[in-house]
Amino acid sequence: MKTNFQLKKVDFIFNNENDWEEVLSKNLNRSRQDIINELISSELKGRGGAGFPTGLKWKLSADANDETKYVICNADEGEPGTFKDREILSKVPFKVLTAMAICAYVIGAKEGYIYLRGEYFFLQPEINNAINEFEYYCKEINFDFSIKIFMGSGAYICGEETALFESMEGKRGEPRNKPPYPSSYGYMGKPTVINNVETMAHAYTICNYGAKRFYDLGVQYSRGSKLYSVSGDTPKPGIYELELGMSLSDFVDEFGDGDTKAVQVGGASGFLVPRKKFNETTIGYQGKLTGISLPTGGSMMLFNSSRSMYNVLDNYLVFFHEESCGQCTPCRVGCQQLLKGIKSVKNGQKNAQYLDKLLQLAETMQFTAKCGLGQSVANSFSSIVENFREEMIY
Amino acid sequence: MNTVTELIKNLADQHGRQRNNLLPILQGVVEQEKYLSEFSMKAIAKELDMSAAEVFGTATFYSFLEHKKMGRYIIRICKTISCSMKGSNQVLLAIEDMLKISLGETTTDGTFSILQTNCLGFCHQAPAMLINNEVYTDLTPEKVREILSMYINKIKEGAPNEN
Repeated sequence: MKTNFQLKKVDFIFNNENDWEEVLSKNLNRSRQDIINELISSELKGRGGAGFPTGLKWKLSADANDETKYVICNADEGEPGTFKDREILSKVPFKVLTAMAICAYVIGAKEGYIYLRGEYFFLQPEINNAINEFEYYCKEINFDFSIKIFMGSGAYICGEETALFESMEGKRGEPRNKPPYPSSYGYMGKPTVINNVETMAHAYTICNYGAKRFYDLGVQYSRGSKLYSVSGDTPKPGIYELELGMSLSDFVDEFGDGDTKAVQVGGASGFLVPRKKFNETTIGYQGKLTGISLPTGGSMMLFNSSRSMYNVLDNYLVFFHEESCGQCTPCRVGCQQLLKGIKSVKNGQKNAQYLDKLLQLAETMQFTAKCGLGQSVANSFSSIVENFREEMIY
Repeated sequence: MNTVTELIKNLADQHGRQRNNLLPILQGVVEQEKYLSEFSMKAIAKELDMSAAEVFGTATFYSFLEHKKMGRYIIRICKTISCSMKGSNQVLLAIEDMLKISLGETTTDGTFSILQTNCLGFCHQAPAMLINNEVYTDLTPEKVREILSMYINKIKEGAPNEN
Protein backbone atom coordinates (compact mmCIF):
# COMPACT_ATOMS: atom_id res chain seq x y z
CA MET A 1 0.00 0.00 0.00
CA LYS A 2 1.61 3.19 -1.14
CA THR A 3 0.22 6.23 0.61
CA ASN A 4 -0.67 9.39 -1.23
CA PHE A 5 1.32 11.29 1.26
CA GLN A 6 4.31 13.11 -0.14
CA LEU A 7 7.47 13.68 1.77
CA LYS A 8 7.34 17.35 2.55
CA LYS A 9 10.28 19.37 3.68
CA VAL A 10 9.46 22.13 6.11
CA ASP A 11 11.48 25.05 7.32
CA PHE A 12 10.17 26.22 10.65
CA ILE A 13 12.83 25.50 13.18
CA PHE A 14 15.88 26.92 11.48
CA ASN A 15 14.26 29.93 9.84
CA ASN A 16 15.11 33.31 11.29
CA GLU A 17 15.04 33.88 15.00
CA ASN A 18 15.67 37.60 14.78
CA ASP A 19 12.13 38.44 15.79
CA TRP A 20 12.48 36.80 19.20
CA GLU A 21 12.24 40.09 21.12
CA GLU A 22 8.98 40.90 19.41
CA VAL A 23 7.61 37.36 19.94
CA LEU A 24 8.51 37.49 23.61
CA SER A 25 6.91 40.86 24.33
CA LYS A 26 3.86 39.97 22.24
CA ASN A 27 3.26 36.79 24.22
CA LEU A 28 3.92 38.34 27.61
CA ASN A 29 0.98 40.61 26.90
CA ARG A 30 -1.39 37.76 26.17
CA SER A 31 -3.38 35.97 28.83
CA ARG A 32 -1.88 32.75 30.16
CA GLN A 33 -4.97 30.78 29.27
CA ASP A 34 -4.77 32.09 25.75
CA ILE A 35 -1.27 30.70 25.24
CA ILE A 36 -2.19 27.35 26.77
CA ASN A 37 -5.23 27.09 24.50
CA GLU A 38 -3.11 27.94 21.49
CA LEU A 39 -0.67 25.16 22.34
CA ILE A 40 -3.38 22.63 23.07
CA SER A 41 -5.15 23.36 19.81
CA SER A 42 -1.90 23.01 17.88
CA GLU A 43 -1.66 19.42 19.19
CA LEU A 44 2.06 19.78 19.69
CA LYS A 45 3.43 16.65 21.31
CA GLY A 46 6.76 16.26 23.09
CA ARG A 47 9.52 15.88 20.55
CA GLY A 48 11.91 14.00 22.81
CA GLY A 49 10.23 10.74 21.87
CA ALA A 50 7.56 10.15 24.49
CA GLY A 51 5.02 12.43 22.81
CA PHE A 52 3.17 13.92 25.77
CA PRO A 53 0.94 16.87 24.72
CA THR A 54 2.92 20.01 25.46
CA GLY A 55 -0.03 22.30 26.07
CA LEU A 56 -1.39 19.94 28.69
CA LYS A 57 2.01 19.76 30.37
CA TRP A 58 2.13 23.54 30.68
CA LYS A 59 -1.45 23.65 31.89
CA LEU A 60 -0.87 21.08 34.64
CA SER A 61 2.11 23.00 35.96
CA ALA A 62 0.27 26.30 35.67
CA ASP A 63 -2.57 24.86 37.75
CA ALA A 64 -0.20 23.52 40.40
CA ASN A 65 -0.33 25.65 43.50
CA ASP A 66 3.19 26.58 44.53
CA GLU A 67 5.27 29.74 44.86
CA THR A 68 8.37 28.25 43.29
CA LYS A 69 8.25 26.57 39.93
CA TYR A 70 10.87 25.70 37.35
CA VAL A 71 11.21 25.48 33.59
CA ILE A 72 13.78 23.00 32.35
CA CYS A 73 14.92 22.45 28.82
CA ASN A 74 16.14 18.90 28.34
CA ALA A 75 19.27 18.97 26.18
CA ASP A 76 20.62 15.64 27.37
CA GLU A 77 20.39 14.22 23.91
CA GLY A 78 21.86 10.77 24.34
CA GLU A 79 19.79 8.51 22.13
CA PRO A 80 22.07 6.83 19.59
CA GLY A 81 21.48 8.45 16.22
CA THR A 82 20.07 11.75 17.51
CA PHE A 83 21.87 15.04 17.06
CA LYS A 84 19.12 17.57 16.30
CA ASP A 85 19.12 19.31 19.69
CA ARG A 86 22.73 20.35 19.36
CA GLU A 87 21.96 21.89 15.99
CA ILE A 88 18.97 23.81 17.38
CA LEU A 89 20.95 25.14 20.32
CA SER A 90 23.84 26.25 18.17
CA LYS A 91 21.79 27.73 15.31
CA VAL A 92 18.67 29.19 16.93
CA PRO A 93 19.31 29.40 20.69
CA PHE A 94 17.03 32.42 21.09
CA LYS A 95 13.99 30.45 20.01
CA VAL A 96 14.60 27.99 22.82
CA LEU A 97 15.26 30.72 25.38
CA THR A 98 12.18 32.68 24.31
CA ALA A 99 9.95 29.60 24.54
CA MET A 100 11.35 28.90 28.00
CA ALA A 101 10.51 32.46 29.05
CA ILE A 102 6.98 32.22 27.65
CA CYS A 103 6.56 28.95 29.52
CA ALA A 104 7.84 30.61 32.70
CA TYR A 105 5.29 33.37 32.24
CA VAL A 106 2.49 30.85 31.72
CA ILE A 107 3.24 28.67 34.73
CA GLY A 108 4.68 31.40 36.94
CA ALA A 109 8.33 30.36 37.21
CA LYS A 110 11.30 32.62 37.89
CA GLU A 111 14.12 30.23 37.12
CA GLY A 112 14.94 28.11 34.13
CA TYR A 113 17.65 25.57 33.43
CA ILE A 114 19.09 24.02 30.35
CA TYR A 115 20.40 20.55 31.16
CA LEU A 116 23.17 20.15 28.60
CA ARG A 117 24.87 16.81 28.16
CA GLY A 118 28.56 16.62 29.05
CA GLU A 119 29.49 15.68 25.49
CA TYR A 120 28.30 19.10 24.31
CA PHE A 121 30.53 21.02 26.69
CA PHE A 122 31.95 22.98 23.76
CA LEU A 123 28.53 24.56 23.17
CA GLN A 124 28.45 26.13 26.60
CA PRO A 125 30.17 29.45 25.80
CA GLU A 126 27.89 30.20 22.81
CA ILE A 127 24.75 29.39 24.75
CA ASN A 128 25.95 31.45 27.69
CA ASN A 129 26.44 34.45 25.40
CA ALA A 130 22.91 34.04 24.12
CA ILE A 131 21.60 33.73 27.68
CA ASN A 132 23.36 36.95 28.71
CA GLU A 133 21.83 38.89 25.83
CA PHE A 134 18.47 37.32 26.54
CA GLU A 135 18.49 38.11 30.24
CA TYR A 136 19.51 41.68 29.46
CA TYR A 137 16.42 42.07 27.32
CA CYS A 138 14.21 40.45 29.98
CA LYS A 139 15.46 43.04 32.44
CA GLU A 140 14.73 45.80 29.99
CA ILE A 141 11.10 44.78 29.66
CA ASN A 142 10.86 44.11 33.42
CA PHE A 143 10.33 40.40 33.10
CA ASP A 144 11.87 38.51 35.99
CA PHE A 145 13.38 35.31 34.63
CA SER A 146 16.87 33.83 34.69
CA ILE A 147 18.32 30.85 32.86
CA LYS A 148 21.30 28.75 33.86
CA ILE A 149 23.07 25.91 32.12
CA PHE A 150 23.48 22.73 34.11
CA MET A 151 26.07 20.36 32.67
CA GLY A 152 25.55 16.62 32.61
CA SER A 153 28.44 14.22 32.87
CA GLY A 154 27.93 11.47 30.36
CA ALA A 155 24.94 9.48 31.58
CA TYR A 156 22.30 8.51 28.99
CA ILE A 157 19.69 7.82 31.66
CA CYS A 158 19.73 11.48 32.75
CA GLY A 159 17.65 12.26 29.66
CA GLU A 160 14.78 10.59 31.52
CA GLU A 161 13.05 13.53 33.17
CA THR A 162 13.02 12.35 36.77
CA ALA A 163 16.60 11.04 36.53
CA LEU A 164 17.51 14.48 35.23
CA PHE A 165 16.02 16.10 38.36
CA GLU A 166 17.92 13.69 40.58
CA SER A 167 21.11 14.53 38.72
CA MET A 168 20.51 18.27 39.11
CA GLU A 169 19.93 17.72 42.81
CA GLY A 170 23.42 16.25 43.04
CA LYS A 171 22.46 12.62 43.24
CA ARG A 172 22.92 9.52 41.12
CA GLY A 173 20.79 9.84 38.02
CA GLU A 174 18.27 7.21 39.01
CA PRO A 175 14.69 7.66 37.77
CA ARG A 176 11.93 8.17 40.32
CA ASN A 177 8.64 6.41 40.49
CA LYS A 178 5.85 8.13 38.61
CA PRO A 179 3.43 9.46 39.76
CA PRO A 180 4.03 12.05 41.15
CA TYR A 181 4.71 13.61 37.78
CA PRO A 182 7.05 16.57 37.23
CA SER A 183 4.08 18.92 36.80
CA SER A 184 3.45 18.62 40.53
CA TYR A 185 6.71 17.22 41.91
CA GLY A 186 9.75 17.94 39.77
CA TYR A 187 13.10 19.57 40.41
CA MET A 188 13.57 20.09 44.18
CA GLY A 189 10.06 18.73 44.62
CA LYS A 190 8.54 21.77 42.92
CA PRO A 191 6.17 21.87 39.94
CA THR A 192 8.35 21.76 36.86
CA VAL A 193 7.83 21.90 33.14
CA ILE A 194 10.48 19.88 31.37
CA ASN A 195 10.54 19.96 27.59
CA ASN A 196 12.89 18.75 24.93
CA VAL A 197 14.87 21.39 23.01
CA GLU A 198 12.91 20.75 19.83
CA THR A 199 9.58 20.99 21.65
CA MET A 200 10.62 24.44 22.88
CA ALA A 201 11.55 25.47 19.35
CA HIS A 202 8.15 24.34 18.07
CA ALA A 203 6.40 26.15 20.92
CA TYR A 204 8.15 29.29 19.71
CA THR A 205 6.81 28.75 16.20
CA ILE A 206 3.29 28.30 17.56
CA CYS A 207 3.50 31.35 19.81
CA ASN A 208 4.75 33.33 16.84
CA TYR A 209 2.51 32.23 13.96
CA GLY A 210 -0.43 30.74 15.85
CA ALA A 211 -1.54 27.17 16.11
CA LYS A 212 -3.06 26.86 12.67
CA ARG A 213 0.12 26.99 10.65
CA PHE A 214 1.53 24.20 12.76
CA TYR A 215 -1.66 22.16 12.88
CA ASP A 216 -2.03 22.26 9.10
CA LEU A 217 1.06 20.10 8.79
CA GLY A 218 1.05 16.40 9.45
CA VAL A 219 -1.78 13.91 9.77
CA GLN A 220 -4.44 13.16 12.36
CA TYR A 221 -2.95 12.64 15.85
CA SER A 222 0.48 13.62 14.53
CA ARG A 223 0.46 17.30 13.77
CA GLY A 224 3.28 19.53 12.73
CA SER A 225 6.79 18.90 11.60
CA LYS A 226 9.69 17.11 13.17
CA LEU A 227 13.44 17.20 12.88
CA TYR A 228 14.98 13.95 11.75
CA SER A 229 18.56 13.00 12.41
CA VAL A 230 19.50 10.80 9.47
CA SER A 231 22.58 8.61 9.70
CA GLY A 232 23.94 5.21 8.78
CA ASP A 233 24.02 3.93 5.21
CA THR A 234 22.73 6.98 3.44
CA PRO A 235 24.32 9.23 0.83
CA LYS A 236 23.06 12.32 2.65
CA PRO A 237 23.33 12.07 6.41
CA GLY A 238 22.25 15.14 8.33
CA ILE A 239 19.31 16.92 9.89
CA TYR A 240 16.05 17.42 8.00
CA GLU A 241 12.78 18.94 9.05
CA LEU A 242 9.91 16.94 7.58
CA GLU A 243 6.19 16.80 8.04
CA LEU A 244 4.95 14.10 10.41
CA GLY A 245 3.01 11.14 9.09
CA MET A 246 5.26 10.24 6.18
CA SER A 247 5.47 6.61 5.21
CA LEU A 248 8.78 4.93 5.70
CA SER A 249 8.99 3.90 2.05
CA ASP A 250 8.89 7.57 1.00
CA PHE A 251 11.59 8.26 3.50
CA VAL A 252 13.77 5.45 2.22
CA ASP A 253 13.22 6.56 -1.40
CA GLU A 254 14.59 9.93 -0.46
CA PHE A 255 17.39 8.99 1.90
CA GLY A 256 18.26 5.36 1.20
CA ASP A 257 21.27 4.24 -0.80
CA GLY A 258 19.15 1.94 -2.96
CA ASP A 259 19.98 -1.12 -0.93
CA THR A 260 18.31 -0.34 2.38
CA LYS A 261 17.59 -3.49 4.33
CA ALA A 262 16.15 -1.97 7.47
CA VAL A 263 15.63 1.34 9.23
CA GLN A 264 15.97 1.89 12.95
CA VAL A 265 13.31 4.40 13.91
CA GLY A 266 13.80 6.20 17.21
CA GLY A 267 17.34 5.13 18.07
CA ALA A 268 18.40 2.13 20.10
CA SER A 269 15.24 2.35 22.19
CA GLY A 270 13.05 2.51 19.10
CA PHE A 271 11.99 -0.06 16.54
CA LEU A 272 13.77 -1.71 13.66
CA VAL A 273 11.63 -1.85 10.54
CA PRO A 274 12.63 -4.40 7.88
CA ARG A 275 12.24 -3.66 4.18
CA LYS A 276 9.01 -5.64 3.79
CA LYS A 277 7.27 -3.36 6.26
CA PHE A 278 8.39 -0.01 4.84
CA ASN A 279 5.10 0.53 3.04
CA GLU A 280 2.82 -0.03 5.98
CA THR A 281 4.86 1.98 8.48
CA THR A 282 4.40 5.67 9.04
CA ILE A 283 6.17 8.03 11.37
CA GLY A 284 3.86 9.63 13.89
CA TYR A 285 2.39 9.18 17.29
CA GLN A 286 -0.12 6.26 17.11
CA GLY A 287 -3.77 6.09 16.38
CA LYS A 288 -3.44 5.67 12.62
CA LEU A 289 -6.12 3.37 11.28
CA THR A 290 -4.03 1.41 8.84
CA GLY A 291 -0.56 0.07 9.32
CA ILE A 292 1.85 0.81 12.07
CA SER A 293 2.72 4.29 13.24
CA LEU A 294 5.93 4.72 15.14
CA PRO A 295 6.76 7.55 17.49
CA THR A 296 10.29 8.83 17.38
CA GLY A 297 12.72 11.22 18.94
CA GLY A 298 13.87 11.80 15.39
CA SER A 299 16.64 9.28 15.05
CA MET A 300 16.60 7.47 11.72
CA MET A 301 19.41 5.03 11.09
CA LEU A 302 19.53 3.22 7.78
CA PHE A 303 21.19 -0.14 7.29
CA ASN A 304 22.00 -1.62 3.91
CA SER A 305 22.32 -5.30 3.07
CA SER A 306 26.02 -5.42 3.95
CA ARG A 307 25.18 -5.00 7.65
CA SER A 308 24.73 -7.88 10.04
CA MET A 309 21.71 -7.32 12.23
CA TYR A 310 23.36 -9.44 14.88
CA ASN A 311 26.15 -6.87 15.18
CA VAL A 312 23.60 -4.08 15.34
CA LEU A 313 21.67 -5.74 18.15
CA ASP A 314 24.88 -6.61 19.96
CA ASN A 315 25.91 -2.95 19.78
CA TYR A 316 22.55 -1.78 21.17
CA LEU A 317 22.62 -4.26 24.02
CA VAL A 318 26.15 -3.27 25.00
CA PHE A 319 24.86 0.28 25.05
CA PHE A 320 21.88 -0.55 27.28
CA HIS A 321 23.95 -2.79 29.48
CA GLU A 322 26.34 0.09 30.17
CA GLU A 323 23.76 2.82 30.43
CA SER A 324 21.25 1.01 32.62
CA CYS A 325 21.37 2.82 35.96
CA GLY A 326 21.21 -0.47 37.83
CA GLN A 327 18.46 0.64 40.14
CA CYS A 328 15.78 -1.89 39.24
CA THR A 329 16.44 -5.58 38.71
CA PRO A 330 14.53 -6.20 35.46
CA CYS A 331 16.67 -3.69 33.61
CA ARG A 332 20.00 -4.29 35.37
CA VAL A 333 19.91 -8.06 35.02
CA GLY A 334 17.76 -8.14 31.91
CA CYS A 335 20.12 -6.12 29.72
CA GLN A 336 23.02 -8.27 30.86
CA GLN A 337 21.20 -11.54 30.20
CA LEU A 338 19.90 -10.46 26.79
CA LEU A 339 23.43 -9.62 25.74
CA LYS A 340 24.84 -12.88 27.12
CA GLY A 341 21.92 -14.77 25.59
CA ILE A 342 22.35 -13.64 22.00
CA LYS A 343 26.08 -14.26 22.25
CA SER A 344 25.58 -17.85 23.38
CA VAL A 345 22.98 -18.49 20.66
CA LYS A 346 25.37 -17.09 18.08
CA ASN A 347 28.30 -19.23 19.14
CA GLY A 348 26.18 -22.36 19.50
CA GLN A 349 26.21 -22.83 23.26
CA LYS A 350 22.44 -22.46 23.30
CA ASN A 351 19.98 -23.65 20.68
CA ALA A 352 17.80 -21.39 18.59
CA GLN A 353 14.75 -21.88 20.81
CA TYR A 354 16.59 -19.96 23.49
CA LEU A 355 15.75 -16.82 21.50
CA ASP A 356 12.09 -17.32 22.43
CA LYS A 357 13.04 -17.30 26.09
CA LEU A 358 14.95 -14.11 25.54
CA LEU A 359 11.92 -12.58 23.84
CA GLN A 360 9.89 -13.44 26.92
CA LEU A 361 12.51 -11.82 29.11
CA ALA A 362 12.35 -8.68 26.97
CA GLU A 363 8.58 -8.66 27.37
CA THR A 364 8.93 -9.01 31.14
CA MET A 365 11.29 -6.05 31.16
CA GLN A 366 8.75 -4.03 29.21
CA PHE A 367 6.21 -4.56 31.98
CA THR A 368 8.36 -4.48 35.07
CA ALA A 369 11.21 -2.03 34.50
CA LYS A 370 10.91 1.20 36.39
CA CYS A 371 11.56 3.69 33.61
CA GLY A 372 11.56 4.10 29.87
CA LEU A 373 15.06 2.73 29.41
CA GLY A 374 14.33 -0.76 30.66
CA GLN A 375 10.88 -0.77 29.13
CA SER A 376 12.08 0.15 25.68
CA VAL A 377 14.91 -2.37 25.37
CA ALA A 378 12.22 -4.80 24.23
CA ASN A 379 11.36 -2.54 21.27
CA SER A 380 14.60 -2.96 19.41
CA PHE A 381 15.28 -6.44 20.76
CA SER A 382 11.97 -7.95 19.68
CA SER A 383 11.82 -6.14 16.36
CA ILE A 384 15.32 -7.30 15.40
CA VAL A 385 15.03 -10.87 16.68
CA GLU A 386 11.60 -11.40 15.16
CA ASN A 387 12.47 -10.00 11.76
CA PHE A 388 16.03 -11.26 11.43
CA ARG A 389 15.95 -14.47 13.41
CA GLU A 390 18.22 -16.36 11.03
CA GLU A 391 20.91 -13.70 11.36
CA MET A 392 20.86 -14.15 15.13
CA ILE A 393 21.47 -17.90 14.81
CA TYR A 394 23.87 -18.40 11.91
CA MET B 1 46.94 24.34 51.98
CA ASN B 2 46.92 21.55 49.43
CA THR B 3 46.06 22.73 45.91
CA VAL B 4 43.15 20.30 45.54
CA THR B 5 41.66 21.35 48.84
CA GLU B 6 41.99 24.95 47.80
CA LEU B 7 40.38 24.23 44.45
CA ILE B 8 37.47 22.50 46.16
CA LYS B 9 37.02 25.40 48.54
CA ASN B 10 36.98 27.88 45.66
CA LEU B 11 34.49 25.76 43.73
CA ALA B 12 32.24 25.51 46.77
CA ASP B 13 32.44 29.28 47.22
CA GLN B 14 31.52 29.76 43.59
CA HIS B 15 28.69 27.22 43.32
CA GLY B 16 27.41 26.91 46.87
CA ARG B 17 27.46 24.20 49.49
CA GLN B 18 24.09 22.57 48.95
CA ARG B 19 23.59 19.06 47.71
CA ASN B 20 22.41 20.37 44.33
CA ASN B 21 25.79 22.03 43.86
CA LEU B 22 27.62 18.73 44.11
CA LEU B 23 27.75 17.90 40.41
CA PRO B 24 29.23 21.26 39.30
CA ILE B 25 31.88 20.90 42.01
CA LEU B 26 32.77 17.37 40.95
CA GLN B 27 32.95 18.56 37.35
CA GLY B 28 35.19 21.45 38.36
CA VAL B 29 37.64 19.11 40.06
CA VAL B 30 37.70 16.73 37.09
CA GLU B 31 38.28 19.70 34.77
CA GLN B 32 41.49 20.53 36.65
CA GLU B 33 42.68 17.21 37.94
CA LYS B 34 41.27 14.97 35.17
CA TYR B 35 39.95 12.58 37.81
CA LEU B 36 38.50 12.37 41.31
CA SER B 37 40.90 10.86 43.77
CA GLU B 38 39.71 9.38 47.03
CA PHE B 39 41.36 12.34 48.68
CA SER B 40 39.39 14.90 46.69
CA MET B 41 36.10 13.05 47.17
CA LYS B 42 36.65 13.09 50.94
CA ALA B 43 37.62 16.75 50.81
CA ILE B 44 34.42 17.57 48.88
CA ALA B 45 32.36 15.63 51.44
CA LYS B 46 33.98 17.60 54.22
CA GLU B 47 33.51 20.93 52.48
CA LEU B 48 29.81 20.23 51.77
CA ASP B 49 29.27 18.59 55.14
CA MET B 50 27.93 15.33 53.76
CA SER B 51 28.87 11.68 53.84
CA ALA B 52 31.86 10.67 51.72
CA ALA B 53 29.87 7.63 50.63
CA GLU B 54 27.26 9.92 49.08
CA VAL B 55 29.94 11.79 47.14
CA PHE B 56 31.46 8.52 45.99
CA GLY B 57 28.05 7.17 45.01
CA THR B 58 27.23 10.19 42.92
CA ALA B 59 30.68 10.51 41.37
CA THR B 60 30.90 6.90 40.24
CA PHE B 61 27.52 7.08 38.50
CA TYR B 62 28.68 9.41 35.75
CA SER B 63 30.95 8.14 33.05
CA PHE B 64 32.70 11.49 32.55
CA LEU B 65 33.70 11.72 36.20
CA GLU B 66 36.72 9.45 36.22
CA HIS B 67 37.86 8.09 39.54
CA LYS B 68 41.18 6.67 38.50
CA LYS B 69 44.15 8.69 37.39
CA MET B 70 43.87 9.83 33.78
CA GLY B 71 46.20 11.44 31.30
CA ARG B 72 46.25 15.14 30.52
CA TYR B 73 44.33 14.47 27.29
CA ILE B 74 41.49 11.97 27.53
CA ILE B 75 40.57 10.52 24.16
CA ARG B 76 37.01 9.22 24.04
CA ILE B 77 36.04 7.34 20.91
CA CYS B 78 32.40 6.76 20.16
CA LYS B 79 31.58 3.08 19.80
CA THR B 80 27.82 3.28 19.23
CA ILE B 81 26.26 1.89 16.09
CA SER B 82 26.65 4.69 13.53
CA CYS B 83 30.29 5.24 14.37
CA SER B 84 30.97 1.54 14.62
CA MET B 85 29.46 1.06 11.13
CA LYS B 86 31.75 3.72 9.74
CA GLY B 87 34.88 2.18 11.15
CA SER B 88 35.49 3.54 14.64
CA ASN B 89 37.36 0.33 15.40
CA GLN B 90 40.02 1.04 12.77
CA VAL B 91 40.40 4.50 14.25
CA LEU B 92 40.81 3.00 17.70
CA LEU B 93 43.45 0.57 16.41
CA ALA B 94 45.33 3.43 14.77
CA ILE B 95 45.36 5.37 18.04
CA GLU B 96 46.42 2.36 20.09
CA ASP B 97 49.16 1.66 17.58
CA MET B 98 50.41 5.22 17.62
CA LEU B 99 50.38 5.73 21.38
CA LYS B 100 51.50 2.17 22.15
CA ILE B 101 48.81 1.66 24.76
CA SER B 102 45.51 -0.18 24.65
CA LEU B 103 41.99 0.85 25.46
CA GLY B 104 41.57 2.05 29.04
CA GLU B 105 45.26 2.74 29.57
CA THR B 106 47.29 5.90 30.00
CA THR B 107 50.66 6.61 28.39
CA THR B 108 53.58 6.35 30.82
CA ASP B 109 54.28 10.07 30.59
CA GLY B 110 50.70 10.74 31.65
CA THR B 111 49.75 12.58 28.46
CA PHE B 112 47.04 10.50 26.81
CA SER B 113 44.36 8.11 27.97
CA ILE B 114 42.16 6.16 25.57
CA LEU B 115 38.56 5.39 26.45
CA GLN B 116 35.45 4.39 24.55
CA THR B 117 32.19 6.16 25.08
CA ASN B 118 28.58 5.90 23.99
CA CYS B 119 26.93 8.03 21.34
CA LEU B 120 28.47 11.50 21.09
CA GLY B 121 25.72 12.85 18.86
CA PHE B 122 27.78 13.13 15.69
CA CYS B 123 26.29 10.14 13.89
CA HIS B 124 26.05 12.04 10.59
CA GLN B 125 29.79 12.75 10.71
CA ALA B 126 30.86 9.37 12.00
CA PRO B 127 33.19 8.22 13.35
CA ALA B 128 33.66 10.81 16.06
CA MET B 129 35.81 11.27 19.14
CA LEU B 130 36.41 13.73 21.93
CA ILE B 131 39.82 14.84 23.14
CA ASN B 132 38.98 16.45 26.46
CA ASN B 133 36.15 18.76 25.34
CA GLU B 134 37.20 19.12 21.70
CA VAL B 135 35.19 17.16 19.10
CA TYR B 136 36.76 15.54 16.03
CA THR B 137 34.54 14.04 13.34
CA ASP B 138 34.71 12.13 10.05
CA LEU B 139 37.76 10.30 11.35
CA THR B 140 39.98 7.96 9.40
CA PRO B 141 43.16 6.27 10.65
CA GLU B 142 45.19 8.86 8.67
CA LYS B 143 43.25 11.80 10.02
CA VAL B 144 43.49 10.63 13.60
CA ARG B 145 47.27 10.23 13.27
CA GLU B 146 47.48 13.83 12.10
CA ILE B 147 45.36 15.04 14.99
CA LEU B 148 47.43 13.20 17.54
CA SER B 149 50.69 14.44 16.01
CA MET B 150 49.34 17.93 16.39
CA TYR B 151 48.77 17.34 20.09
CA ILE B 152 52.19 15.70 20.52
CA ASN B 153 53.90 18.64 18.82
CA LYS B 154 52.00 21.06 20.96
CA ILE B 155 53.26 19.30 24.08
CA LYS B 156 56.83 19.20 22.76
CA GLU B 157 56.74 22.94 22.22
CA GLY B 158 55.84 23.15 25.86
CA ALA B 159 52.33 24.50 25.56
CA PRO B 160 51.08 25.55 28.97
CA ASN B 161 48.67 23.14 30.57
CA GLU B 162 45.37 24.34 29.20
CA ASN B 163 42.10 23.32 30.82
